[in-house]
Amino acid sequence: MATTVNDVRAATWTPSRFRRMGTVFGRHRSMVIGGVLLSLIVLMALLAPWLMTHDPTFQEPRERLIAPFGDYLLGTDAQGRDIYSRVVKGAQLSLLVGVCVSIATSLVGGFIGLLTGFVPRIDAPIMRVMDGLMAFPGIVLAIGIMAVRGAAISNVILALTVVSTPRMARVVRSVVLSLARSQFVEAAESSGCSMWRVLRVHLLPNCMSPLIVQASFVFAEAVLGEATLSFLGAGAPPSVPSWGGMLSESRLYLSQAAWTMIVPGAALTVTVFALNLLGDGLRDMLDPKLRHR
Amino acid sequence: MAGFLVRRFVAIIPVMLLVATAVFLLLKLTPGDPVGVILGPDATEERRQALRDDLGLNDPLPEQYLRWLGDAVRGDLGDSLFLNEPVLSALADRAEPTLLLTLLSTLVALSIGLPAGIIAAQNRGKWLDMGTMAIAIVGISMPTFWLGLILILVFSVQLRWLPVAGYAPLSDGLWESLRYLILPSVTLGVAQAALLARMTRSMMLEVLGAEYVLVARAKGLAERRVVYLHALKNAIIPLINVAGLIFAALLGGAVVTEQIFNIPGIGRLLIQAVGRRDVTLVQGSVLVIAAIYVLVNLLVDIISAGLDPRLRKTEG
Repeated sequence: MATTVNDVRAATWTPSRFRRMGTVFGRHRSMVIGGVLLSLIVLMALLAPWLMTHDPTFQEPRERLIAPFGDYLLGTDAQGRDIYSRVVKGAQLSLLVGVCVSIATSLVGGFIGLLTGFVPRIDAPIMRVMDGLMAFPGIVLAIGIMAVRGAAISNVILALTVVSTPRMARVVRSVVLSLARSQFVEAAESSGCSMWRVLRVHLLPNCMSPLIVQASFVFAEAVLGEATLSFLGAGAPPSVPSWGGMLSESRLYLSQAAWTMIVPGAALTVTVFALNLLGDGLRDMLDPKLRHR
Repeated sequence: MAGFLVRRFVAIIPVMLLVATAVFLLLKLTPGDPVGVILGPDATEERRQALRDDLGLNDPLPEQYLRWLGDAVRGDLGDSLFLNEPVLSALADRAEPTLLLTLLSTLVALSIGLPAGIIAAQNRGKWLDMGTMAIAIVGISMPTFWLGLILILVFSVQLRWLPVAGYAPLSDGLWESLRYLILPSVTLGVAQAALLARMTRSMMLEVLGAEYVLVARAKGLAERRVVYLHALKNAIIPLINVAGLIFAALLGGAVVTEQIFNIPGIGRLLIQAVGRRDVTLVQGSVLVIAAIYVLVNLLVDIISAGLDPRLRKTEG
């Protein structure tokens, strides 16, 4: 059998793969750094039961505001709770809210975007509702929803999803609008595809890149949003350890116990930083036209 | 231009109507009875009924809605349940610090973000560009309330240069007022400066690659003239849009910043109202904040259209 191009490729595959991985790292450096940092936070959340040294909610009044590096790695807060364990536990809430909000936003916003982009009849009324939602500053709308629904994690997820859905819908809608009149859609329709099939098989895949990029930014915003709501006392119930809630409590003891503020804030910043890097990297990778923007 | 203005003004009516409806429903969906909040748990059922009649809470919902909408249009947002004053005057009393804070923060964002973005674009790919963009992404990721606490710790607690928190009204003198607003404005402005720097950089890169910039360079204009006269001028319209977004974001951000620094503004009023379940006040402040937000967006559209005639046709 004659040697084919594929045989040659197969023979040289391994070294070039390593080289390619090298260039992938070089080109997508921000995504790799973001991915590694985020993996660490995810690990911290998953391994929380084994990483925690104390009960994160146990109050020991005699042990309040103890400085770090003694019995307590990062010290204790004003209720005598272990800050290290609370930071570890807090990662769970942040990521839970982030994951749920970005998935819910992708589903709801994606669905609305597909429909409004493809069915002109419902476009105007639904997009006006979206405009109305976007007429509120995000955090104010979220506070309003929390005021109505009350302190619960599920309500935080709901409020932040409502806030981020209109923009997701707009992103997906603009892609659908630009493709709705293209030939492949016309071909699919004339060969008898139902509307749902056109949307699902032909248009949805084309929306995936912008949708994923937007979802990664929604994730970052949701983590920040949860922390902000908790900081304002309008988020998860106070019994749930949250980075934002810890920062809010630290405010009163700033001059005596700055350690109550440093680590929760740093954890939050690193998480959002990782997500933003990841989002930037994804955008560069999935949409080469936007690179260097 | 006149036609454009009319169209834009008409377009905000449905948006404001939606906003008002959402805010009304917000009140109606709130669990708990405003009458219970006002009278406390010990009031007799008769007094509750009387007050309900008084407030019109026994009327059908559509009737309540129309009455509320009619009042709101005429500037009557009802009375606060706790403050014993009309919602609108409570908001007006606290508007000064919020507006000053938002304006100063916009100033901070513009004076850091614009130059940083232009410099980064001019030095594309060099360390100055990478360094600026690295700082920018950290700036975007840092929650305002953490930055605020750190600034308080450094400048107020340790160095004792500036007051920890609070506010002095303008009537106490401009400098006295500014002393209290410096840290909050920086806190609030930094994240937006970072965002603006990223946007400015990408707009400038896009414009610097255009043919008329090539022509300007080819005819031998100084680089400074090319960048500031030819390129920046064309990048300015998207940037005005961004500036509008920034002002709007700052309005929301003011809620958080006022809370950190104990500034008696509209945002803090909103948080207090949420805490006390003062529903009419929540309703009123959310409505007023949304209205300002919509008006700022309108203003941005008008300025952009004034600068670029093409926008008057396409955006309608």
